[in-house]
Parts: sequence; structure tokens; C-alpha cells
Amino acid sequence: MLLDFLTTLDTTPIVLSLKLAVITTVLLLIIATPLAWWLTGSSRRTKSIATAVATLPLVLPPSVLGFYLLLLLGTDGPLGQLSQFLGFTSLAFTFQGLVIASIIYSFPFALQPIQNAFESMGRKPIEAAATLGASPWDRFFTVALPIARPGILTAAVLSFAHTIGEFGVILMIGGNIPGETKVLSIAIYDHVESIEYDQAHALSLLMIVFSFVVLFLLYFLNSKSPLATAKTPAHHD
Amino acid sequence: MTEITVHYQVNRPEFHLNVKFTANGTGVTALFGQSGSGKTTLLRCIAGLEQADEGIFIFNGEPWQNTDINLPAHKRPIGYVFQEANLFPHLSVEKNLQYGFKRRKASEKSIGYDDAIHLVGINSLLKRLPSQLSGGQRQRVAIARALLTNPQLLLMDEPLASLDIQSKAEILPYLEQLNQQLDIPVFYVSHSPDEVLRIADDIVLLKDGHVEATGHLNDVLTRTDLPLAKLEEASAAVTGVVSKHNEEFHLTYVKIQGGTVAVSKLNLPIGHKARIRISAKDVSLALTPAQNTSITNAFPVKIASITPTVDPAKVLIKLDMGGDYFLSQITKLSAHQLELTVGKIVYAQIKSVALMR
Repeated sequence: MLLDFLTTLDTTPIVLSLKLAVITTVLLLIIATPLAWWLTGSSRRTKSIATAVATLPLVLPPSVLGFYLLLLLGTDGPLGQLSQFLGFTSLAFTFQGLVIASIIYSFPFALQPIQNAFESMGRKPIEAAATLGASPWDRFFTVALPIARPGILTAAVLSFAHTIGEFGVILMIGGNIPGETKVLSIAIYDHVESIEYDQAHALSLLMIVFSFVVLFLLYFLNSKSPLATAKTPAHHD
Repeated sequence: MTEITVHYQVNRPEFHLNVKFTANGTGVTALFGQSGSGKTTLLRCIAGLEQADEGIFIFNGEPWQNTDINLPAHKRPIGYVFQEANLFPHLSVEKNLQYGFKRRKASEKSIGYDDAIHLVGINSLLKRLPSQLSGGQRQRVAIARALLTNPQLLLMDEPLASLDIQSKAEILPYLEQLNQQLDIPVFYVSHSPDEVLRIADDIVLLKDGHVEATGHLNDVLTRTDLPLAKLEEASAAVTGVVSKHNEEFHLTYVKIQGGTVAVSKLNLPIGHKARIRISAKDVSLALTPAQNTSITNAFPVKIASITPTVDPAKVLIKLDMGGDYFLSQITKLSAHQLELTVGKIVYAQIKSVALMR
């Protein structure tokens, strides 16, 4: 009976949410990692300004964010105009619009763990790599990134989770278009509004289980990193 | 032409460095000074890790840095040993060693991978992570890692300072060996007279960001106008050659310029270079050769200078033993009673001599 129920359940919102979260997370890591690296080496003033801007989405109500994003992405907004100029539709009420909104909305969750990882690593491993003949790019990829791996993983998990849980901003700029912008959180909200508690339950439980599995896997894999064992007592002989 | 020209100027609000000296392109040159003297900053400038306002560095005729050229750190043929090993925490000992080794051209490699590992005795540690090593082991790995970059110049920034006494004792023999076996000039930053006495051939004395003196180790150690001679533990480091062993009394004889010194037996072949340490406190003076004394080492020497010390009751006497110099710390009263004057021949009795290598 449960199986019957599950097969009749509309899973499009789940797929859409996952797609959105994966794309957002990947893009966020690609943007936030070099930015964090640059900020680590820059002056205190630059760092303060950039961090303050990047942290804004954390303190603003989603409605404020959603409102400005709507203006930015809409038919008359600069990004919407650009998109139309390039031959697409405006970005509001589209999946692409959701991706842009999610990146901005989850930005602090990606930037801060990576930046913390780089800061706590300090300059020393990089200097060691330089004296061993590694060029700046070489040092970044072979020393900075691997040492910051736990921070990058945390950033990925937080960005992913935060994007999955996004609701207010999406409602403001995406609306409720099935298969395009009707993500999981919106679908659950709809079901609850229509007093379809069975469906709401099913989607919510599936989401809980899935989120747990993803988090567990990430933390489990991370605990196998040599850096995670760095806290075990030193071995003498 | 083995010569290293060093000239750096750094102007920071709280700190000024202005050094200029020429060092030998061979052997170990100690950059010696108290903390704040600028020795680490100087070493970092030489490595290209820090940018000086003005810098000239010419290594055996090859400019690494001048008004036109400024090689970045990764292009300078150096090996750098940091104060706290600074191994990559995410890589095994083996991968740490290979990091620099892989990045040098094969044609440049003169030190074999296995040779470097043997030299510092880390064969059994290769699979470990840095976090699983003791402080001394980590520093040995760091030394091997630096050697494997095939450096033309080895820079060591107080490699023993963060280690306990036991680990220091564990590493010092390796450092000495390294300097004897490899033909790489070394700049060795230190604030410990003990280390410098054991390791250095030449010394650059730094004080408040400028050079106070440079020269051969013993020349600087026995210059009574410089701070090293004024230390409570002031010592001379005299170089000689092992001439004979005495099995019965367990002694080794080391021939220095003005005589032969007996020290506790050490397993060194006859003819091997040896360095002995003579502490100023252990040298007493007499006007006639002493009879019936327990002191083995007594030699006629010429008084080169007499200098007051910080302690008004004592004087520092510089002694010339056929061209080798050492110091004696005696009371002003004794100096007065013996009527010591510069140029006078006296008998130095050396209570204890330590063979350092």
C-alpha cells in the first residue's frame, strides 16, 4: 500500500530541488574558493568590506532579498534585460533565476567555512611549498586546497542544505510553476495548504532521510582525511 | 669564485634592517643575534619569502636579486628548514620528501633520494603522517626534504630552537655530518652560542638590524670587544687534527697550532679534523710551568690583550697559542699579583677541553 502511494506521489519537486541544490553548490564552490583565497591574503579593510557584503544574505529577511532579486532579474531589471538581450526570456519565474537567487542566498554559507580554513592554515605551508619549488598555482592546488578540504566540504554541505531548505526567496522570485520553479519546500507548503497531509508527510520524510544520508556520507568521508587524524596524540619511538 | 654578497634593507614602522656583508660560498655561516636582531627576517629575504625595500643577493657571481632581477621564492635554488619543521600535514613523510624532489629538474639532482633519507636516518618513518612523528623526527624529515630540492644554498632558521634538549642532541650529530658530507653552503640562524660553536665555520653577528661583526668563528668568539666574549660561558672553538689515541687512559690527542691537547677519547680516525672547545672559565694562568698538578693540558702562551669584564672583580685575558686564540677569565686580583701585561709569556692551564667534532 505504501508502495502504491509512493508511486502515485509526484516526485518532480524533489528532483527539481536536488537539481537546484547540486547546481548551486557546484557553482558556489567554484566562485567562493578563489574568492576566499584572495580575501585571506588581502588587507583587513578589503576583507571587512567583502565579508560584510557576502554575509548580508544571512541577516536580511528572505522577503527583502527576494524583492530586490525580483527587480534585478525581472523584465525591467538589469540582469533580466541582459538575458533578454541575449535572446532569452527575463530571469524571474525561471529555473535559471532560482539558481542565481540561490547562489546569492547561500553565499555566506559557502564563503565562511572556506575562508576560515584558509585563515587557520596560515601562510606557513604555502611558504614551505614555495621554497620547495612550487609556483603560486601549484601551491594553491597541491597545498592550499587539500589542507582546506574539510572547510570546503563543510561549505558544500551547508550550501546544499541551505538551498534545499530555501523557501521565502523562491516564493518571491520563482512562484509556483510545476517542473520549473515548484521546488520541494513550495510543494510541501502547497500540500499543507490543501490539507493533503499524506503527501506532505511523504515528501518531508523522504527529504529527512535523504538529507541525513548525504550529511552522513560527507562527514564519514571527511573523517578519513589525514587531517582529521591530526588530533590524535603524537607517536614516539 | 665562491662568494655570497648580501645586502638588504627593510624599513618598517617598528623595525629597521640594514645589513651588508660578504660570506664564504662554502661551509656554515651562522647568522647570530638576539631575538629582534633581524636574523630571521634576513633569512626570509634571502629565500624570497619576504620583500625588502632594497635587496642585493649575488650567489657565486649569479645575481638572485638586484635592482633588475628579483627571483620569486620558488625559482631560487635554496633549501629552507623552518623553525618548526613545517611539514605538509596532509601528506605522508614520503610524499613530503617527494614534493620538492619532483619539482627540480632531473639534470640538477645531485643528492639521491635514498642518500638523503639515510643521511638523517628516517627510513622507518616514510609511511607515517607528520602528526605521528616526534618533534625531532619531524625536523629530520624537514632537513631531508630541503636537501632533496638539490639546493645550492641551505637556509636553516633555528632548526633546533623549538626542540627539547633530548631532540636537540638527537639532531646535532646529523647536522654536523651533513655539513661534512655535503658540499652545500649553509646559512644557519641561531641565538644559541652552543649550537654556533658546534656547527658554524663563519659567523655574522647581528644586532638591532645591522651587522656588528663578521669573520671566522674563533676570531669572532675571541674578540673581546664583542658580546660573545663577554658572556658568562664565553668559549673559544679551536680547530686541529686528531694525532694519537691513548687506549690505556682513554684519551685522544688533538694537535692544534701551539701544541697538542688531550681530550676524552673519541672514535675519530687519526688525521681527522677536530674542533675543541675551551671555556674561558676553565683556563687559569701561572708564571711557571706547574708541577704536581692534576691538569693535563698546560701550554706556554702569549698574552694578547687584557680587558675588563662586566664583573668588576674579573678580567678577560686573550691568549695567543701559536696563532690559535682562546680566552681566560681570572680575577683582577690574580692579574695584578701575577703582574700580567700584554706580550708576557705565561702558562695556561686548561682544566677541561671538550671535543666537539
